[in-house]
Amino acid sequence: MLSRTADNLYWLSRYVERAEYLARILDATQRLSSMPLAYVGTSNEWESAVLTAGCATAFFKIYDEANEENVTDFLAFSTANSSSIRSCFEMARSNARAVRTALTMEMWDQINGTWLELQRYGNGPTSREELSRFLRWVQESSLRFDGSAYRTMLRNDAYWFSRLGVYIERADNTARILDVKYHLLLPDNERVGGPLDYFQWAAILRSVSALTAYHWVYRDSLKPWLVADLLILKEELPRSLASCYEAIVRNLDAISGAYGRQGPAQRQARAVRTRLQNSRMDGIFQRGLHEFISEFITETNSLGGAITEQFLI
Amino acid sequence: MSACFDEMKGHDGGVRPPYDELARWLKEVPPDVLDYRRREAELLFRRIGITFAVYGEADSTERLIPFDVIPRIISGNEWRLLEKGLTQRVKALNMFIKDIYGAREILRAGVIPDDLIFRNPAFRPEMSGQSVPHDIYVHIAGIDIVRVDADTFYVLEDNARTPSGVSYMLENREIMMRLFPELFSRHRIAPVENYPDELLATLKSVAPLTAGSDPNVALLTPGVFNSAYYEHSFLADKLGVELVEGRDLLVKNEIVYMRTTQGLKRVDVIYRRIDDDFIDPLTFRPDSILGLPGLMSAYQAGNVTLANAVGTGIADDKAVYSYMPAVVKFYLDEEPILKNVPTWRCREPEHLAYVLDHLPELVVKEVHGSGGYGMLIGPTASKIAIEQFRAKLKTAPTNFIAQPTLALSTCPTCVEAGVAPRHVDLRPFVLSGSDRTRIVPGGLTRVALKEGSLVVNSSQGGGTKDTWVLDG
Repeated sequence: MLSRTADNLYWLSRYVERAEYLARILDATQRLSSMPLAYVGTSNEWESAVLTAGCATAFFKIYDEANEENVTDFLAFSTANSSSIRSCFEMARSNARAVRTALTMEMWDQINGTWLELQRYGNGPTSREELSRFLRWVQESSLRFDGSAYRTMLRNDAYWFSRLGVYIERADNTARILDVKYHLLLPDNERVGGPLDYFQWAAILRSVSALTAYHWVYRDSLKPWLVADLLILKEELPRSLASCYEAIVRNLDAISGAYGRQGPAQRQARAVRTRLQNSRMDGIFQRGLHEFISEFITETNSLGGAITEQFLI
Repeated sequence: MSACFDEMKGHDGGVRPPYDELARWLKEVPPDVLDYRRREAELLFRRIGITFAVYGEADSTERLIPFDVIPRIISGNEWRLLEKGLTQRVKALNMFIKDIYGAREILRAGVIPDDLIFRNPAFRPEMSGQSVPHDIYVHIAGIDIVRVDADTFYVLEDNARTPSGVSYMLENREIMMRLFPELFSRHRIAPVENYPDELLATLKSVAPLTAGSDPNVALLTPGVFNSAYYEHSFLADKLGVELVEGRDLLVKNEIVYMRTTQGLKRVDVIYRRIDDDFIDPLTFRPDSILGLPGLMSAYQAGNVTLANAVGTGIADDKAVYSYMPAVVKFYLDEEPILKNVPTWRCREPEHLAYVLDHLPELVVKEVHGSGGYGMLIGPTASKIAIEQFRAKLKTAPTNFIAQPTLALSTCPTCVEAGVAPRHVDLRPFVLSGSDRTRIVPGGLTRVALKEGSLVVNSSQGGGTKDTWVLDG
């Protein structure tokens, strides 16, 4: 297939996945910030949302301080933010339009429908109810798009490149949450804060839609090191780093199987996956959770670069 | 206007046989059902993304072409006549272009004046003495046809460059079948859905001799900002070929390759939807970023087929058009089956004098114009507009031709006030391969939605209809 087509498919999936992630962050932040201070402490949740979204630099160029109004606008509707939900859907749709031939009718229908519907939200909702509805709609749109890709695409390189986009983006997103919130996840004796953090842990899980999953996996109340374990090492959880890399390797293997040759992207992805498989949480804590996550983010960026280099240009 | 021929009711108000069922159905169906289906169709078009762009309108980058839900019907006999005429005309067009860039016998015989060809901006000197694979130049032709009575069809224009609109022919049919299954069960309508297969067979049949047994075909588009981008992506999808932009291609040792996820892959046939001017910045416009540098060298080396060939625009010229009856006779020694509209060439003094005397009753067109831009429709134009046009005409007469205002046929059409007759034309698509000529029965019917209007172009408020050719 054309390199440009693969590139468009890859980014189309990344943008849709990113839009969903942003909606989850906003949703979780809204919950946290509406709780009484006695339960969640005095940290600025809106600033933390901007950090987890990975666009703090761009945000603070425009605003001095983060609050509900400006963060919601910036992450959801702003045209000045190239990674806002609106911008993500706009770019997803323009990528889709450029590769219509590589999409199934159902996928096009979803992404084009989402884009048409987006126009209806104008410059953003006027009430919290409306915002909630909007955020739910964003998540549903992503689910529908993902489902239509999963159920209708031919299982060939087009499908594998579009899946790669999903998992690279997802791995990056989960790692970013961990990067911003890691201090809340340190084992008991290192942690400052105490039981106040309970709702923070719940919010972290919620932003990767893993709150219910947590209870099924551990059958235990929320413990920070288990939250970290779930998000980093548990392959069962679709948004964990381990699960994302399992999928990245699987899709790269499928591509190299079809093309009959291996390359640097596949080798890099395998190395990260092997390390995740051989790691245990206590070891990661010992060497430093923050260092582990920073390194992971760097490696995922470099893998994205390797995929582009090898296939997409 | 009152004298014009209605394809359903003829001149006298009775119902013509091909329209029997439809007329009955129109009587039965409640008006709100038609309106409801019309809105449903619009929704479908928007969801599928069948849009086009109008240049120069910043705020409406994607618009819908209005779709009329009442089909236009052509009988089997009428179609057989059209088919024969179209085949003949396109055969002559191909021979004409080959001759113009080759032996130039038609010029030597004095049938067409030299300067009309050599001073024509659509003439490509780069193509002189250049042969093309299988001697075919116009692989895809869109011949615009109008009808004035039960027996008379005229060719209004030949589109030998990059005719568009075929995606509407196909999508209109799909949408009609979804909206009106009961109407389809009451008719026997020749299918059009095989067009992409016919097109692919045509394109593969003209691959260069150096290509392998399964030639690699690609569709070259200027990109998403082109007004016909939807059609390009639609066709590439139906053909199952890559939709490429200039930046996806490169030329090495006079061979064209595309950049794929598995490295470079040779391209044998390019169905290009980019005009000659933009196709290769090394040969034509150096400021073009749409094309592929070096493409012409690969083309001239015979390593790639371009469909349509470079230089076919000469046949789109409306002054050249006026010679088509003579062209058909010259190459085929046959009487043209399809008539030309009588045309005055303003480049000839007597013709110009006549035109200047009769402006209020004529349609005057630019010879290189298309899309309904830059023309004067005498009967509906204001006095001031006519005088302004007269001045233009006097300054550069060679740029214009004039034709009588034809009473174009009408078809029943959904309008605000119910169902009313509106003027239509027809663009069938003629495919010329090395093996044979292929025409799917039907084409794109364009309809002027404004009462009395004769301008069917989508850029000027025209709409489209599904076109039914009855079987048998």
